[in-house]
Amino acid sequence: MLKPSGKAIPKTLNQPEEIIIERGRAARHYWMDLWRYRELFAILAWRDISVRYKQTVLGVLWAILPPFLTMIIMTVIFAKVAGLPSQGSAPYAIMVFAGMLPWQLFANALGSSGNSLVGNAHLISKVYFPRLIVPGAAIAVSLVDFVISLAILAVLLAWYQFLPSLQILSLPFFLVLALLAALGPGLLLTALNVTYRDFRFIVPFITQLGLYLSPVGFSAEVVREKIGGTFYLLYALNPMVGVIEGFRWCILGQSPFPTLELGLSLVTTTLFLWIGIRVFRSTEKNFADII
Amino acid sequence: MSSPIIQVENLCKDYVISHQGGTENYQTLRDTVSSWFKKSKIKNHASSRGLEIFHALKDVSFEVQQGEVLGIIGRNGAGKSTLLKILSRITEPTHGKVRLRGRVASLLEVGTGFHGELTGRENIFLNGAILGMTRAEIKKKFDEIVDFSGVEKFLDTPVKRYSSGMYVRLAFAVAAHLEPEILIVDEVLAVGDQEFQKKCLGKMKDVSASEGRTVLFVSHNLAAVRQLCGRAVLLSQGCIEKQGVVSEVLSQYSQQSQSASNHPATYAIKSQPAHVTRAVLERIDNRPTLSLRVGEPWQVRLNIQIDQPLSAFVASIGLVNHADIPVQTSWSTPQEFDCGTYEFIFTQEHVFLAADTYRVLLGLSNNGRTLEQKEYFTLEIIPDLPIISCMATSGCGLILNPMTPTFRRIQ
Repeated sequence: MLKPSGKAIPKTLNQPEEIIIERGRAARHYWMDLWRYRELFAILAWRDISVRYKQTVLGVLWAILPPFLTMIIMTVIFAKVAGLPSQGSAPYAIMVFAGMLPWQLFANALGSSGNSLVGNAHLISKVYFPRLIVPGAAIAVSLVDFVISLAILAVLLAWYQFLPSLQILSLPFFLVLALLAALGPGLLLTALNVTYRDFRFIVPFITQLGLYLSPVGFSAEVVREKIGGTFYLLYALNPMVGVIEGFRWCILGQSPFPTLELGLSLVTTTLFLWIGIRVFRSTEKNFADII
Repeated sequence: MSSPIIQVENLCKDYVISHQGGTENYQTLRDTVSSWFKKSKIKNHASSRGLEIFHALKDVSFEVQQGEVLGIIGRNGAGKSTLLKILSRITEPTHGKVRLRGRVASLLEVGTGFHGELTGRENIFLNGAILGMTRAEIKKKFDEIVDFSGVEKFLDTPVKRYSSGMYVRLAFAVAAHLEPEILIVDEVLAVGDQEFQKKCLGKMKDVSASEGRTVLFVSHNLAAVRQLCGRAVLLSQGCIEKQGVVSEVLSQYSQQSQSASNHPATYAIKSQPAHVTRAVLERIDNRPTLSLRVGEPWQVRLNIQIDQPLSAFVASIGLVNHADIPVQTSWSTPQEFDCGTYEFIFTQEHVFLAADTYRVLLGLSNNGRTLEQKEYFTLEIIPDLPIISCMATSGCGLILNPMTPTFRRIQ
């Protein structure tokens, strides 16, 4: 191959950046690329939000009805039928809804991010961009439903004339924690889903079981009383236990700060995030060939 | 000379393909789990599951200079799309290296990422972002894009209600206003009417000529490749078969496809009273050839056997260019012939044909009734201009200088 003679001349100033494509090379500028493509992230999220309720009659009611009805059913079953206690003086419905908020967020985020890569196969196989954007944008979309649910919460609080404490100001922290808790497994599942479509069936299963494995319809305190301290440690390895109890601490302010649950939640969330990113990054380069 | 903007070195891409079953081309978890238990027999694993390594690209190397339009041609499965996918970073190569000195935007199929539920306006922003434009850039070019696409009336209609033509036009309009240093274009001109195709070709020419961008153009539309590209690369089964000046590569390609279908169109009816027994295409000095320079005289020598007396026999020769357009037809004067073998020589001395690949057809008829019509040669006329060096021939017609101009001074 002929080498151009001007090779020794130093790079000119406005020389465009050089991209080298090689096996295993994609890793170099990954995080920088991710930042560079932030507009794509925003626009993909915006796309999913704006097409979400197109051609539906009830429209945005679909974001309100499911959590609201679930809250009513859970209140009836756990408070009236099973006779479980609420936290302090908080109405049971509000306690359930304070748990529903992060749980819905988690379940929606996990569901949409788990299917995001396969759902965007046409993009993956045609255009380059850091693939992390796709599940990331899918998770961002679930925030919309979260905000709508917050409005329901406000209505509920007004209905029961229950005044939340100032601790509610720390809600954003728990919100981020809930998103991160969903991101780790979400990345893992969506990457695996590309190769093994089995995981498409696992996601609904996880969210269905998880609703009962997490303290959504009842307080974690009830669980601790029934299963004892040792098993409760195991129970709290579910990252959503810490997040849900954290939400209740913010909104209801009737229980002590859930230090143990949050600590364990942080550990498992970090672990899942690490695994999720590792698996995602290592399989990412082959997505276009397999999908 | 500056260093090339694209430098491809020994590029290889292997795929593992499965011959088993074949209806499901993705693995299920069970497959993998069960294969773990067979790991001890890994040696026959590949063959037992019918796996095979497929080399989509084998040791491909080439360079592209800035501002160049490089055509990439080859039959289906030659590795064109794989090459483009590697260059646009969608997939990784197995071996080899590519250096790109600039941003790349690829149009592998237009309308990538269009969402049917969104309006034309919204899709411009969505598609632009997917192709790598910033929001500010899109805003700046929005009117231009809409103008180019010609769908301003339907800008607020969901694109799922668009006709396929409108869809493609809008998609190409977005893509055409990208500003990368390197633009990769794959088969975009397949849809759209004649006028729009022309517009696209014009736009792509502009992009490379006046803005100094580099374009890689993949198409089966050889006329478009010829018109647009200066150089071309011919891929065949994952290897580069030829690279160089576009007309030479194209003629190699047409020969390749000819040898693939070694049955020229025949219109011969058996037991006709006359038929061609021998046909040779020659230079004027009787040396047989299949390629000529522009302006070089040539002739076709025919031996024709006549088995029955014919009252008004005509032999004719036609030339059809690469785009299947008949360019010229010549015929002998109708005449009475007795039985016997005759030699006809058709000579072309003064009418020049532009550089192209021509198919040469021979036809025999009697009293206006066709006796035989057959494609005999593929004649390549190459753009080496010793004779008509007095003018530039880019963009000229198929037949060069057929009229004799005279002039006089009138004042």
